[in-house]
Amino acid sequence: MQVRFDAVTKQFQTKKGCITAVDHLSLTIGSGKLIGFLGPSGCGKTTSLFMISGIHPLTEGRILFDETDVTALSPEKRGVGMVFQNYALYPHLSVRENIEFPLVNSREMKKRLMEELSDGGKRSVSRKRFKDSVAERVHEVARLVEISEYLDRKPSELSGGQQQRVAIARAIVKRPSILLLDEPLSNLDARLRVQTREEIRSIQRRTGITTVFVTHDQEEALNLCDEIAIMKNGVLQQYGAPQDVYDNPANLFVAEFLGGTKINLFEARAEAGIVFIGDLKIRGDIPVADGRVTLGIRPENLLSCAPEDGGGLTARVERLIRLGGVTTVEAVLPGGESLRLMKENGSTLKPGDTIGLKILPGAVCLFAEGGEKIWQG
Amino acid sequence: MSIRILKIINYLLLILIVISVLVPFFWMLSTALKSENEALMSPPQLLPATPHFENFVLALTVAPFLRYFLNTLIVSVSVVLLSTIVTVLASFAFARLEFRGKNALFFIVLASMMIPQEMLIITNFMTVAKLGWMNSYQALILPYCVNAFNIFLLRQTILQIPEDLYTAARIDGLGNFRYLRKVVLPIAKPTILTTMLLSLIWIWNTYAWPNLITTNDDLRMISNGLKYAFTQTSGFVRYELQMAAATLVTVPLIIIFVCLRKYIFAGMSKAGLKG
Repeated sequence: MQVRFDAVTKQFQTKKGCITAVDHLSLTIGSGKLIGFLGPSGCGKTTSLFMISGIHPLTEGRILFDETDVTALSPEKRGVGMVFQNYALYPHLSVRENIEFPLVNSREMKKRLMEELSDGGKRSVSRKRFKDSVAERVHEVARLVEISEYLDRKPSELSGGQQQRVAIARAIVKRPSILLLDEPLSNLDARLRVQTREEIRSIQRRTGITTVFVTHDQEEALNLCDEIAIMKNGVLQQYGAPQDVYDNPANLFVAEFLGGTKINLFEARAEAGIVFIGDLKIRGDIPVADGRVTLGIRPENLLSCAPEDGGGLTARVERLIRLGGVTTVEAVLPGGESLRLMKENGSTLKPGDTIGLKILPGAVCLFAEGGEKIWQG
Repeated sequence: MSIRILKIINYLLLILIVISVLVPFFWMLSTALKSENEALMSPPQLLPATPHFENFVLALTVAPFLRYFLNTLIVSVSVVLLSTIVTVLASFAFARLEFRGKNALFFIVLASMMIPQEMLIITNFMTVAKLGWMNSYQALILPYCVNAFNIFLLRQTILQIPEDLYTAARIDGLGNFRYLRKVVLPIAKPTILTTMLLSLIWIWNTYAWPNLITTNDDLRMISNGLKYAFTQTSGFVRYELQMAAATLVTVPLIIIFVCLRKYIFAGMSKAGLKG
């Protein structure tokens, strides 16, 4: 099912006044896609999720599921499934009872299930048949998330990863129109996180449910999602395929926020179509008005070479940081600006060496003082 | 060394406390089994020469003891049921619902805990008298139906249930009442049993209020009955019968406490609930 935000605004009244959590958000989430809301804490991503679920009413705007306006519908009527950061399993119920909870406790779900079983009211449904079909569905999702052998345990007897899978099972047993995941991996340790990430991806593929994923972990979002929406202070910064957003950031915030090693940023100036860092000419022939700009280059787009091959661009190596498969090189330009670049392990560089720098085409981004990107090339 | 000394002091203190709690119980039991003369002997005897179990039968027959007992039972059961309903609903509302004036209202409930019951007794008496409720069950029952401490205790427990469970239940299509029944009640069961027991003990032992508003012997509760039934017109008290009756009154509470102690301690010690 497609989800569309139409100029959605959410404000919260607090003692200190009115806080705008989400500001005129317009966004279309394609049917069957897995998309991620990404941003620092307090950027409005969880609020957006809660608005899809119907837990938070909207202050302004509309939310549409396909062509249906659901803005005024209760959570129950919207039929979404949700997974919470701390699992939110009912501690007094067994895994089986947790999974069947929405089926047997929601009037709406019960009605839908009954209709399905009775072929649209043609046949009467016995209690037993209802129970059997609930049990069948519980088994089906338990198999899907691989927790069949734990059905009779209590949540407290399971590991964090298993609990999270139970939570996913509870969310998808409803055959939801949309699956919402609120930081589902934050409470797991690093290794389990990667594993569960893959599982979520494969469950989403198999079920084909439109899935919205909230995270503050960019690696998660970049790895998992078909599309990512980056938010800051309630405002959507950029929406697109992860690699595209990474390569072509719309503004300084997105450029800085994404990237395992932070993007290199320099105070630069444009003069007659040429951009300088200090006295170094970086790029020419660019249609940018004269003035101060911020210049950004991702570390992996900077290549080191022999000093004479750098076309006048040289730097002195300060420090080498080896991290797993690659080495991060910290260096300074003659004007004192520091920068980082990547290098494979086993290079012979050492602190004090002078290197030349090559910038890959399309890798230089210029940002105006307000932060928006004015040129890339 | 000093740790050992501390331990010894600790245990000595505990023993002292245990003795101070048990001595009245022991005295009640031993007096209940004494003969009329032994009960009045000076210096008093520690144990009766021969146990007079017939005192229990006498206590039941001398006074309309069963009637008192029945009254206490009616009032206690009603109070426990009603006050539990009020406690559960009020504490859920204070913990989870958003409504205008919630904090002010909760403050008032808490503040009512600070006022000694004895201070309210005259005002309450006048209210009840004006309502024409003297010598009625409702006058015995209604004043005990709101228990601020219980509301506070249960509210704290409900607050510890993660809010995500509430959100999850709402997404699953549960209304407030269903959420209360399916999630809050089972999770908070130990605390609810604790509040029920506290209410029961409170009403079982209550003395001044029923004494004030019941003049009719048929409506007396056991606490008042015990005081009057064994006092003869001359002012002479049949202590051994009074103590036998007191034993009969205390035993049910002790049995209930022993049966429920698992839950009560669970309710007291459950500091946090993890999802």
